[in-house]
Amino acid sequence: MNVIEQTPAARAAYETRWQRILDCVALKQPDRMPVTLYATFWLAKYGGITCKELMYDYEKTKEISERAVLEFEPDACINLVGANAMGRIFEAVGYKQLKWPGNGVGENQPYQYLDREYMKPEEFPDLLRDPTGFYLNTYLPRIFSAFEGFENFPVLPGMFYFRALTGLRPLANPEFRKALQRVLDASEEVDRYMTHSAQWATRIKALGYPLINGSSSGAPYDVIADYFRGATGMMKDLFRNKDKLLETIDAMRGHLVKAAIANARASGNPIVMIPIHWAPDAFMSSKQFETFWWPSFRQMMIELIDADLIPMPLWESDCTKRLEFIKDIPPGKCIYWFERTDIVKAFEVLGDRVALRGNLSPSMMTTGTPQDVDAAVKHLVDKVWNKGGNLILETAFGMPDETPIENVRAMFGAARKYAG
Amino acid sequence: MSDMNLQEQNLVDWLADMNEDDAFALAKRMLLEEGANPLRVLELCRAAMDIVGKRFEEGEYFLPELVLAGEMLENISAIAKPLIKQAPGEEPKKLGKVLIGTVHGDLHDIGKNIVGFMLDINGFDVKDIGVDAPIATFIDEIKAWQPDVVGLSGFLTLAFTSMKETIEAFDKEGMRANFKVMIGGGQIDEQVRKYTGADAFGVNAVEAVKLCKQWMGATA
Repeated sequence: MNVIEQTPAARAAYETRWQRILDCVALKQPDRMPVTLYATFWLAKYGGITCKELMYDYEKTKEISERAVLEFEPDACINLVGANAMGRIFEAVGYKQLKWPGNGVGENQPYQYLDREYMKPEEFPDLLRDPTGFYLNTYLPRIFSAFEGFENFPVLPGMFYFRALTGLRPLANPEFRKALQRVLDASEEVDRYMTHSAQWATRIKALGYPLINGSSSGAPYDVIADYFRGATGMMKDLFRNKDKLLETIDAMRGHLVKAAIANARASGNPIVMIPIHWAPDAFMSSKQFETFWWPSFRQMMIELIDADLIPMPLWESDCTKRLEFIKDIPPGKCIYWFERTDIVKAFEVLGDRVALRGNLSPSMMTTGTPQDVDAAVKHLVDKVWNKGGNLILETAFGMPDETPIENVRAMFGAARKYAG
Repeated sequence: MSDMNLQEQNLVDWLADMNEDDAFALAKRMLLEEGANPLRVLELCRAAMDIVGKRFEEGEYFLPELVLAGEMLENISAIAKPLIKQAPGEEPKKLGKVLIGTVHGDLHDIGKNIVGFMLDINGFDVKDIGVDAPIATFIDEIKAWQPDVVGLSGFLTLAFTSMKETIEAFDKEGMRANFKVMIGGGQIDEQVRKYTGADAFGVNAVEAVKLCKQWMGATA
């Protein structure tokens, strides 16, 4: 796929589209309701290829992704190549937290995360005291087979004088050296993947289309729950390991903010997408939410805002009971994307605080008709956009993989028909 | 629940209040040092689980409490069960048989496990056939076990079609009228229920229990 020069017309189109998103963030209604494209394995259906091909064939994925952008003309989209073409890097690192097409699930099925206990409760102090050491010796070998052999990587804190020399001996171990070589090889694939992803972003920018976000992060509680303790482990920690958990959440926030700022700055895009997994109403009481979940995430958002970034949490599932909590954020600085929360209700509570994104339901997108989609878009336009809401039209959490193409056309068509 | 002495009342309260350390220490002492009847201790646990279920239903408790309650029950049962000397058959009569599983193509199980636990503590006989369950496995299990209710679980949008195919297969086998079908999972709503042909859907474990009780003619 060749690099192309941005024409003056494409540059103007890019600026107009991007400004619509920024206007929504600043709580100024733009000339028309922006509509964005977030798709993963739906692209395989659209392009007539398998999920496996979408994950492994960089060139095909770039081509199909560009075709989708040019057909639907979204005001912004995610990096469709970066979000999908990860098969080779999963394989290179021997990723153990996922099953993906051809590796544990069928070639035409999406990847799925394996909820497991990747960190034992007694390991909280290890993660807190020496996070880098815990990653090298324990966590990375657990989640990436390429790192198996790093278990005896020297523990660096506490090394000094001659002990700093003799402590290097584990690096001579043949098992470690094999592992190191695997990691170096994997890093080359990661470099290729990121180059393809960046090339695609540059190319669609030249064609006039911005990325909605250039980087992503996680909420401190969610990162520990999903990727370290596992769902049930974390729920038990709320009772059994309260203090250690709170301390770890706070430490994790520091790491996440530092990385999020660095990644967003490197991408040149201020919007940071943050999928939210454990905030929903059904997952914990208001008291637990107030104690364990919200304070660290609020602080994280404030720190990102202070770094001139725009947090874009995707509040998964139904977060209606959380609306009053999450309202406590400076106005005009964030985009809140809602999955199952009634966005009309969210608009009532948060309309003067944040831009809204969402939220055409997955059941309607996959099993409904184009007329159903049209009516659902009209509903959001009537109830939110026409009442002054700064709404970015989107599906509930990305285009469901099974969505008929005519329903996607209906979504984009209805946005133009009813909201400019 | 028959009259309880103070010690028994403490056990029930501590379990229901998520006071795991005290509850477990007391149950252990009663069973291993004081020779308490293990069936009585399990009965007290069930009474506590009833309270937990009610508090969940009333919006006081959420998933973390259900998970911890499940674990406390499991830990006490592990000590109590080997001590049971009485002949089997003293178990209270079950309300009905519920077969649950995550449909083919989907590997998610947290929701399904919680539904299974809640049905179990509410007096149902539950058989869980795991995740990514092929249609043929559902059919075989239904033929062999004759459940009153079949619960299909799924988190991904692909589960909509897997559920529909599974229920269509029940029809083809001529067994659809023999049991009720309920579906559940993060994306399930009335539109999905209609699409799949299920009898009902639920958004949480309490709704699953309510549906089963309603179908079995028990008081919800």
